[in-house]
Amino acid sequence: MRNPLRAVRLVCVGALWLIVSVTHAVVLQDDRHIDVTLSKVPQRIVSLLPSLTETVCELGQCQKLVGVDRYSNWPESIAKLPRMGGGIDPSIESIVALKPDLVLMATSARGAERLQALGLTVLALEPRSHADVQRVMRLVAQALDVPVQDSDRVWRHIDAAVNAAAQSIPAQAKGQRVYFEVSRAPYGAGESSFIGETLQRLGARNILPASLGPFPKINPEFVVRAQPDIIMVGDSNFADMTTRPGWQNMQAMRAQRVCTFKPNESDVLVRAGPRMAEAARLMAKCLTDKASQPKRLER
Amino acid sequence: MTGHCARWSPLVVALSLVVLCAFGIALGSAVGSTGFESWVNARHDDVAWQIVWEIRLPRTLGACAAGALLGLAGALAQGLFRNPLADPYLLGSASGASLGVAVALALFGGNPFATELLVRLGLTGAAFVGAVLAVLLTLTLARGVQHTLRLLLAGVIVGVVLGAMASLITLMRPDVLQGMQGFLLGSTSFMGWTSCVLMFGVLLVCLVFAFGLSRVLDALTLGEATALSLGLPLAPVRVALVCVLALATGTAVAQTGLVAFVGLAAPHLVRSLVATKHNWMVLLSALMGGALLLAADLLARLSIAPQEMPVGVLTAVLGGGYLLWLMYRTQATGAKP
Repeated sequence: MRNPLRAVRLVCVGALWLIVSVTHAVVLQDDRHIDVTLSKVPQRIVSLLPSLTETVCELGQCQKLVGVDRYSNWPESIAKLPRMGGGIDPSIESIVALKPDLVLMATSARGAERLQALGLTVLALEPRSHADVQRVMRLVAQALDVPVQDSDRVWRHIDAAVNAAAQSIPAQAKGQRVYFEVSRAPYGAGESSFIGETLQRLGARNILPASLGPFPKINPEFVVRAQPDIIMVGDSNFADMTTRPGWQNMQAMRAQRVCTFKPNESDVLVRAGPRMAEAARLMAKCLTDKASQPKRLER
Repeated sequence: MTGHCARWSPLVVALSLVVLCAFGIALGSAVGSTGFESWVNARHDDVAWQIVWEIRLPRTLGACAAGALLGLAGALAQGLFRNPLADPYLLGSASGASLGVAVALALFGGNPFATELLVRLGLTGAAFVGAVLAVLLTLTLARGVQHTLRLLLAGVIVGVVLGAMASLITLMRPDVLQGMQGFLLGSTSFMGWTSCVLMFGVLLVCLVFAFGLSRVLDALTLGEATALSLGLPLAPVRVALVCVLALATGTAVAQTGLVAFVGLAAPHLVRSLVATKHNWMVLLSALMGGALLLAADLLARLSIAPQEMPVGVLTAVLGGGYLLWLMYRTQATGAKP
C-alpha cells in the first residue's frame, strides 16, 4: 500500500517541478504601470531603444536580439541586425515578421498598444536616472531569466567605475560650474537628469538647478548670465554655439574651456544605460583637462 | 463651362475612383517591409497571414477611410464657408487634437494616477476629445454659426492659441517632444481593425448627413441672401454641417494624426474633373480623398522600403504638386482663345 502512494507523490512532485521549470511565469510591472506576464524565457527579442539594447547586451544576452531600432549602434555585434525604424515610427510590420517573444521599447515611443493588440509581449521602460538604470537593468534581467545577482554585479561595476572616475579628478578641478548642452534648441542637462547626477558625483556644479527639471529648454541668455566655467557639447552643436549673440564673449568660450564630443562619444553621454561609466570617464577627462587651463584669457 | 478641358460624368468619375481605391487596397495588402512574399505565403504561414490580414489590410483600408473623411470634411468646409481655401482643420480641430495629445502625453509621462484612465482612453481618445472641444470653443467664441466671417476668425484664433498651448506643454516637458512629433507628422501605420470599423461607420453617418444637407450647400453657392430667400432653414443646417465637419475631422485626426492637404486638395481635384452639384461633390470628394491618402500611404511604404516615410509629408507633396500642375495647365490653356 505504501509504494503506490509514494509513486503518486513522486509523480506529483515531478509534474509540479516540470510545470514550474517549463512555464517560468514571470510577472513584471513596466514603466507604464502595466503588469507584463512572460510565460517562458524570451528567446527572440526586439529592442527599440539604444540604452535597452545596450542593457540586454551587457547582461550577456546579445545573441537573443533579432532586431533593433535605427539608433542602436553599440556593441558592434548588433551592426548586422535588421532595423525596425525609430521610436516615432517603429515599423509594426517588420517587427511582427521577426516573431519576437519580447519587445523592449521606451514608454514615449509609439505603437506599444498596436504591438500588444497583435499579440506581442511589450515591456516599456524608460531609464531617466542612475537609480532607474539599476532598476531597468534588474527588470530586464528578470525578464530574460538572468540571475538578479548578475545584473546587480554589472551595476556595481558601473557604480564603482563612476566613483573611480570621480577620484581621478584632481582637487583643484572640483567645484567647477558646468553647462552641458543636450541639443541645440537649446536644451541643457539639469541637476535632476542622469547626466546631472553624474556631474554631481564628479564634484562639478551644474548651472541648471534641479528646479528647472531634467532637460529644460533654456534661454541662451541664461547661460551667458550664469557664466559657466566649462561647457560640454556635442561637436555638431558647437558650430551653432559660436554664432549665438553674446556667447563669443563668454569666458568659457574665449578661454576655450569647451569640451566638444564626437558623435560616438555623444551617444555614450546621452544614453542612460550601462555605458554610464564610460560617460563619467569622458566627463572626468574634460573636467581635468580644462581645469589645467586658465579660467580667463588675459589680453 | 470651358469647352477645352473635358468634364466627365460624375458617375464615371465615381466608378473609376472606386476601381482605383480597390486596386490601391489590393496593392496595399501586398507591399510593405517584407514585400510580396508575405502575400504569397499567407496561406500556410501564420506570421505572413497576420502581416497581411491584421497589419496591412486594416492600415490600407484605414488610410482610405481617413482620407475619405478628410475629403468629405474639405468639401463641406469649402461649401459652408463659400471659400476655396477652407480646409477641414479650419475650425481649430487640428490644434485641439494636438493639445489633447500633448496633455495626454505630459500626464502619461509623469503622473502614475492618471495613467490608468489614459491607457484606456489612449492618445486616440485624447485627440478626438481635443478636436471636438476645440470646435465647441470656436462656436462659443463666434456666438453660434450665423456669421461665416466670425466663425472663420474664431477658428483661426482658436487654432493659433491652442497650437501655442500645445507648444508650451512640449517646451515644459521635452520628453513629450517625440510623441508630439510623431502625431504632427501623421501616420497610418498604427491602425487596426477597430479603427477601420470606427472610421467607416463615422464616414457612413457623415455621408448620409452631408448628402441630405447638400441642397443647402448648393443654395449657399448663390450667396447667403439668396439661400435665405429660397426659404431654406439656414441656421439649423449650418449647425448640423459644423457638427458633421467636426465629427469627420476629429475621427480622422484621432486615428492618423495630422495629415496635411488631403482635405484641401480633394474637392479641388474633383472640381477639375467634373462640374456638379454638392450631392455628387461630397461623395466624389470623399472618394478622391480616400484615393489620395491611399496613394500616399502606398508611396510612403514603397519609396524607402523596408523603412517608411511619414505619410503626411507625402500627401503634401502629392496633392500640392498635382494642384500646382493643374493651376498652371488651366492658366496655359486659358491664355489661348
